Amino acid sequence: MSYSDKLIDHYENPRNIGSLDKGADDVGTGLVGAPACGDVMKLQIKVSPEGLIEDAKFKTFGCGSAIASSSLVTEWVKGKTLDEAGTIKNTDIARHLALPPVKIHCSVLAEDAIKAAIADYRAKAGKKVAGAEGPKTGEVPAAAE
Amino acid sequence: MNAMSGLRRNDQPIYLDYQATTPMDPRVLDAMMPYFTVKFGNPHSRSHSYGWEAEAAVERARAQVAALIGADEKEVIFTSGATESNNLAIKGVARFYKDRKNHIVTVVTEHKCVLDTCRHLEQEGFEVTYLPVQQNGLIDLEQLRTAVTDRTAVVSVMAANNEIGVIQPLKEIGAICREKGAFFHTDAAQAVGKIPLDVEAMNIDLMSISGHKIYGPKGIGALYVRRKPRVRLVALIDGGGQERGFRSGTLPTPLCVGIGEACEIAGKEMEAEAARLLKLRQRFLDGINEKLSNTYVNGDLEQRIPGNLNISFAFVEGESLIMGIKSLSVSSGSACTSASLEPSYVLRALGVEEELAHTSLRIGFGRFTAEQEVDTAVEDIVKHVNRLRQMSPLWEMVQEGIDLKSIQWAAH
Repeated sequence: MSYSDKLIDHYENPRNIGSLDKGADDVGTGLVGAPACGDVMKLQIKVSPEGLIEDAKFKTFGCGSAIASSSLVTEWVKGKTLDEAGTIKNTDIARHLALPPVKIHCSVLAEDAIKAAIADYRAKAGKKVAGAEGPKTGEVPAAAE
Repeated sequence: MNAMSGLRRNDQPIYLDYQATTPMDPRVLDAMMPYFTVKFGNPHSRSHSYGWEAEAAVERARAQVAALIGADEKEVIFTSGATESNNLAIKGVARFYKDRKNHIVTVVTEHKCVLDTCRHLEQEGFEVTYLPVQQNGLIDLEQLRTAVTDRTAVVSVMAANNEIGVIQPLKEIGAICREKGAFFHTDAAQAVGKIPLDVEAMNIDLMSISGHKIYGPKGIGALYVRRKPRVRLVALIDGGGQERGFRSGTLPTPLCVGIGEACEIAGKEMEAEAARLLKLRQRFLDGINEKLSNTYVNGDLEQRIPGNLNISFAFVEGESLIMGIKSLSVSSGSACTSASLEPSYVLRALGVEEELAHTSLRIGFGRFTAEQEVDTAVEDIVKHVNRLRQMSPLWEMVQEGIDLKSIQWAAH
């Protein structure tokens, strides 16, 4: 299987690898996929008081296409509002990286990861407004599906 | 043995996929060359010296193949490869004896061409028992004994597995088959020339052999068919009645010469080569174990052909690892590289958990693997496993002490 130069670049030089403090109020974490299926993505966003995504980090267990897809979306979401980031479509990711047909699911997973991270951030913000206690550490948010 | 060191071009990756195929030994090519041009006769031509010369070459090759497995040369027929041999052996026996017997026994970890042949025969009305394997990849002989009945025409159990290299207890299987009156077929594509095989001592009635797995040419294989007691087959290819009527068609003289020469070389060098490969394999394993944690060898390490390893590198997906180790040619145990996203059916049959099955590589060493190449491979694999673990959320969670099994993963 031959991959596009963009995909290989993201695999070899992944952007924004790492982790943010998942317990922090301004961080949303999305964890999607399953080890048994061969790919798991963790995508985190840090949201500014103005509602802009000011930082994004990822870690991915999966094939090169999965790594590249998650690396790409961390670049794309930075500087966007949550609503804007929520409109990123898997087809855009797949087209940008020229994913082969058997790897389309990797882009779907990346889209799911953003949505899950946004949902997690919003759930936390909602709780804070309602005065509820903060999220328990070690608890992993359910994957958006 | 080092006739080919230096044959690899500098810009080519290190070849560590000897279970997929092998390069031809230059000695084999030398033996073949005259039969393409000068000695081009049809081995079935009886009226002139071109034919006689070709026939003599084919018969010499047949004897070379037979000698390697303790058979008589009259019991060896040439085919296009192990896939055809497996088809012919299983379909041929099943169809010939179908009035009296309608049952076949095989194993879940067989090569696809055996499993698919059995599926095909099920559609023709045969019953097939697919034996499971134990965690080490070997069958349970008591389960085999129970499965074989007086309705069983043939038991097909591979000699060595193509993914995990484990060697089935052939002699014991042969004894059970003989006792129960069923024919014993073994797909020995991965075992011939690697380990000693003897069709008499092991009671093997049919054996499939491949040319290109033993440093011979692609496009040729052989099938051993026992004469005493006689095993009868319905042919798959009809025509001029060559190869005792089992396989019509003009024999490809150069390819026959090639597989014959490959068998002779393998027989002469087997013992020394096996010892050398075992050393290389241990060197590789030691190097990996010294520098990486959470790696697991799949399949029995003792009952295994010397040139094979199948290792799971936990928390690193196999295909992404292969993409990283560009200077090495290995094969992924997870079939993510193919259209299906399922991990290897062989590893699953061993009970390897799916998440680990996705992290496995098959590494094959062979006649032209040098110690330096093994060291480079270790270095490269260690580097990329570490890099990919640093970006693996699973590795991070395990470092934080999270039990991955406690998480409700969403299937997708």
